Amino acid sequence: MSNIDPILLLSAIIIVSTPILLAAIGELVVERAGVLNLGVEGMMITGAVCGFIAATSTGSPWLGFAGAALGAALLSMVFGVLTQLFLSNQVATGLALTLFGLGLSALLGQGYIGVKGPVVPDLYLPVLRDIPFLGPVLFRHDAMVYIALFIVLGVWLFLNRTRSGRVLRAVGENHDAAHALGYKVVRVRLLAIAFGGACAGLGGAYLSLVRVPQWTEGMTAGAGWIALAIVVFASWRPGRLVLGAWLFGGATALQLALQASGGVQIPIEYLQMAPYLATILVLVILRAGRAPGSLGRSFHASS
Amino acid sequence: MTTPLLELSGLTKAYPGVVANSEVSFDIARGEVHALLGENGAGKSTLVKTIYGLVQPDAGTMRLDGQPFAPPEPRAARAAGVAMVFQHFSLFDAMSVAENVALGMETPPALNRLAAQIREVSQSYGLPLDPDRIVGDLSAGERQRVEIVRCLLQEPRLLIMDEPTSVLTPQEVQILFETLRKLRAEGVSILYISHKLEEIRTICDSATILRHGKVVGKCDPKVTAARDMAEQMVGATLSTPSRAGGRTGEVVLELTGLSAPAPRAFGTALKHIDLSLRAGEVLGIGGVAGNGQDELAMALSGEMSVAPGMIRLKGREIGTVGVNARRRMGLLCAPEERMGHAAAPDMSLTENALLTAGPREDLVRHGFLRWGRARGFAERVIERFDVRTPGAGTAARALSGGNLQKFVIGREIMQRPEVLVVNQPTWGVDAAAAATIRQALLDLAEAGAALIVISQDLDELMEISDRFAALNGGSLSAPRPAEGLGIDEIGMMLGGAHDMTPAHGEG
Amino acid sequence: MIRLDRRPEPSRAWTIATPFVAVALTMVAGGLMFALLGKDPVEAIRTIFWDPLFGDFASYSRPQLLVKAGPLILIAIGLSLGFRAGIWNIGAEGQYILGAICAAATGLAIYPAETWIVFPAMIVAGALGGLLWAMIPALLKVRFGTNEVLVSLMLVYVAEALLASMSLGLLRNPEGMGFPGSRNLAQYPSAANLDLIPGTGLHWGVALAFAAVIVGQVVMTRHQLGFRVRLAGQSPRAAVFGGVNPGWLVVVCMGISGGLAGLAGMFEVAGPAGRLSIDFNVGYGFTAIIVAFLGRLNPIGILLAGLLMALTYIGGELAQLQMNLPLAAIQMFQGMLLFFLLAVDLLTNFSIRFGRRVAA
Repeated sequence: MSNIDPILLLSAIIIVSTPILLAAIGELVVERAGVLNLGVEGMMITGAVCGFIAATSTGSPWLGFAGAALGAALLSMVFGVLTQLFLSNQVATGLALTLFGLGLSALLGQGYIGVKGPVVPDLYLPVLRDIPFLGPVLFRHDAMVYIALFIVLGVWLFLNRTRSGRVLRAVGENHDAAHALGYKVVRVRLLAIAFGGACAGLGGAYLSLVRVPQWTEGMTAGAGWIALAIVVFASWRPGRLVLGAWLFGGATALQLALQASGGVQIPIEYLQMAPYLATILVLVILRAGRAPGSLGRSFHASS
Repeated sequence: MTTPLLELSGLTKAYPGVVANSEVSFDIARGEVHALLGENGAGKSTLVKTIYGLVQPDAGTMRLDGQPFAPPEPRAARAAGVAMVFQHFSLFDAMSVAENVALGMETPPALNRLAAQIREVSQSYGLPLDPDRIVGDLSAGERQRVEIVRCLLQEPRLLIMDEPTSVLTPQEVQILFETLRKLRAEGVSILYISHKLEEIRTICDSATILRHGKVVGKCDPKVTAARDMAEQMVGATLSTPSRAGGRTGEVVLELTGLSAPAPRAFGTALKHIDLSLRAGEVLGIGGVAGNGQDELAMALSGEMSVAPGMIRLKGREIGTVGVNARRRMGLLCAPEERMGHAAAPDMSLTENALLTAGPREDLVRHGFLRWGRARGFAERVIERFDVRTPGAGTAARALSGGNLQKFVIGREIMQRPEVLVVNQPTWGVDAAAAATIRQALLDLAEAGAALIVISQDLDELMEISDRFAALNGGSLSAPRPAEGLGIDEIGMMLGGAHDMTPAHGEG
Repeated sequence: MIRLDRRPEPSRAWTIATPFVAVALTMVAGGLMFALLGKDPVEAIRTIFWDPLFGDFASYSRPQLLVKAGPLILIAIGLSLGFRAGIWNIGAEGQYILGAICAAATGLAIYPAETWIVFPAMIVAGALGGLLWAMIPALLKVRFGTNEVLVSLMLVYVAEALLASMSLGLLRNPEGMGFPGSRNLAQYPSAANLDLIPGTGLHWGVALAFAAVIVGQVVMTRHQLGFRVRLAGQSPRAAVFGGVNPGWLVVVCMGISGGLAGLAGMFEVAGPAGRLSIDFNVGYGFTAIIVAFLGRLNPIGILLAGLLMALTYIGGELAQLQMNLPLAAIQMFQGMLLFFLLAVDLLTNFSIRFGRRVAA
């Protein structure tokens, strides 16, 4: 244990939690609009491969992130069209999206295994980075870390301070009432799903461009599912989402640090279980708040 | 003569298999309260949705202020000064009053400014509201006020109200009527949809009667007899149910201090309900929606278990006994919501017969289903209760409300219950089916069963009950003989207008 | 303008027709995908759907059809029960792994004694392993209201780590010269799950899968459990009113699906796979989800869907060998199949009408 540097560990938590946070904030918006998209994992991995391809072929990590967001958003539209226009079961469609995304990403990423992608430059915040302890923990990261937090802040402002956010919540809370008041339920939901896809894509790209950074098949390894769990844990509130992501990031980072330190006599396999077990534990201990009223229900404007 | 505010001419709207509106024409004058009268399924809500822009007519035109009016969506209707108070489905439980109001407005001001406006408008119309409360925590009457205030803030020229009094106590109805009179005096026109004739005679200036999607009559309700309007509405002469006389037997069901927490968010907790029910009597339980009716019915049916000692059936303690075991003991139940609670919509009537009749009709043996017997039982229910359906293989959702309700009630009655609990037995059912159901319930009591009839329709309760009690905030008033009970007394039992007093909203 | 009108009753004709429409559409879309990859679409489709049964290597690949369909059908039958009731066990892959681990551990504990008890003991251990693993999400859901989708899925990753640990540690073959993986159970006569009719691929697990189809069909159509499952899935409130205890139903459905998945893992580890290794699981637990839906959650449908999906697996491997078609393309192909099925499902419950309705 003594080999673990607390500064490095805390800093690692921020890095590890960022992709989960990105995917989760997207899903949070989707669920607040009343849609349950279990395809986060599939969108994330598609984002990871799209981002990697876009980044290596253009040489720009930023175009990579843009490509990831676009690719995953496009994929999410498959889910959107099926569930919103074809009224398919959201659980089944979400699962299908994950299975499809895993296959699609493996296919797209064929020529990119082992390839090295462009480096994402760090964005060390001036002055702040020199604060002892806090500087290295909080202010010596790449730009996406801060962008993710800004997206969370933006979503919070959007949901609670804007009219469109209010409409989105209304659609998620009671789609029949929203429809009766003249709001376009399906349109709002499609936009939310696309946003959720884009965020999951960014999260995936963060894995393939920053965290790992290269492309391997199945590299998300359940991060998308953990993101889904965090949304429940956060009771659909953006503030708690950050806390949740850091908590799960903590479990992962600690396990990685323990692996690296070699100071403990626990086989690696058991350390690898830690984030998943932590997820289950937190789901059990923390009762979720009230879910959006129309979550997971299909909407069809009859008469 | 001035032009009417709204002229409808030849409005027609058809859905597959049903013509909801056919050549509907009438006018609404400025500053009048115009009643739209009709049974369930007569086409009232389709017509109203057309005016509000939710439905586009297949044919026909509307004119507002003499100008062509064809709102493609509610937004356009609201912009033209048409506002609507819905019967269901238009509030968001998890959001505050102010947010709910804002969602119904075209260009809402900032929430804090809106909150001030809500306080002001709601006070001035005698409907006090606290803008910061969460809508899910409000009573039915308060929820309706949210809808009304939402409309009033838009200064409408035409206010549409869909069955506004179905969720109110008699005292609350009086307050609502005061508000409507005030609006009328200000020149607002009101389209008032209802099937309650006395109300219409009290508040409305003119009436249009719909039947099967067509206009079948227009009248001045102040001078027309309720009976005449009813017969135009139903298209037949009505008979009131009859019963020989009340002879009651032993106590069969006893509730002592029945208490239970609310089973779900925004539900109602039951508080110390005491009651004893004798064989052969009908106990009517009234109350405004959301005062514990569902919860009481669930506690009695066994869907919600309660602490031991609170419910006794024929002397046996059954508080924690399951649904089917209670059925075997003779306690049956018919919940309020037909689709998805009393019946599974996508299942056939045979399967829906299996839903509750398994234990008493011997439809299951060694865990295996006896489909032949189940079909036979379903067919007997269909025949005896005149359920209009192609056969027992039809899905429940393909039946009309009245027919499905006849099936659901009939299914329980034909199992020869000793105690039957029904919740809203005739809600949303046409008059003929309602009369059949009430008569069947009375016949059952006549044969010696004990009945609890939970309903929000006070006329119905007065018609069939021996004793009457009221649910209010999860508590049950002491039952009183139904005969000779006055409307004011009933109103006080229902909770009067306690949550309407201005002190509650405090300005 | 296109309009959707809800049918008063689900269309029976479309219920049966939709899987076939979906397969046809998938072939078209898949062909397009293969063309984009620069392969001849007709040849690819033929290699996947025709050659495994009637091509040059059919004598090798035909038995594989049953070997692969067996676990898929067995798992999917169990899953379909829960899916019908609205209970989403997504972690069959983990239960499959646990079944294999428990069965292998039992067999290896008795090794090398040759007695008839070994095989039955392994069956019990496999079923129990899967069942108990599935009880974790089931009981957490009943007791704490935890989402079973997430928990059962998280447990797949835990099971995979456990599998790795077992193949590298506790159950590693002591005579395996340090290579990861257990002893080969297929070479341990008392434990081996061999073909009942040599050369057909029909081993005990496949036989059990067929039996499960029949039992599943009887339960769904004639037994109270099947009725309760359908009721709970269609209208949860009506189910409670009908006397169904939702918690009991969760435990039963998860238990059955977990047990069957565990059995599938047991038969795999004792037969076709022979040994535990890090890459023992090949995704049957996930593919079975597709099989369950493609089979319309109906046992007979699942039988057909399981065979079809097994065919795409084998055909996919063949296409990889012969045409250099990436395996991932097959995975996508399977995903597409599910998408198309979900899309055409609309026709079962809605009728589609084109153009504006003219007033009657």
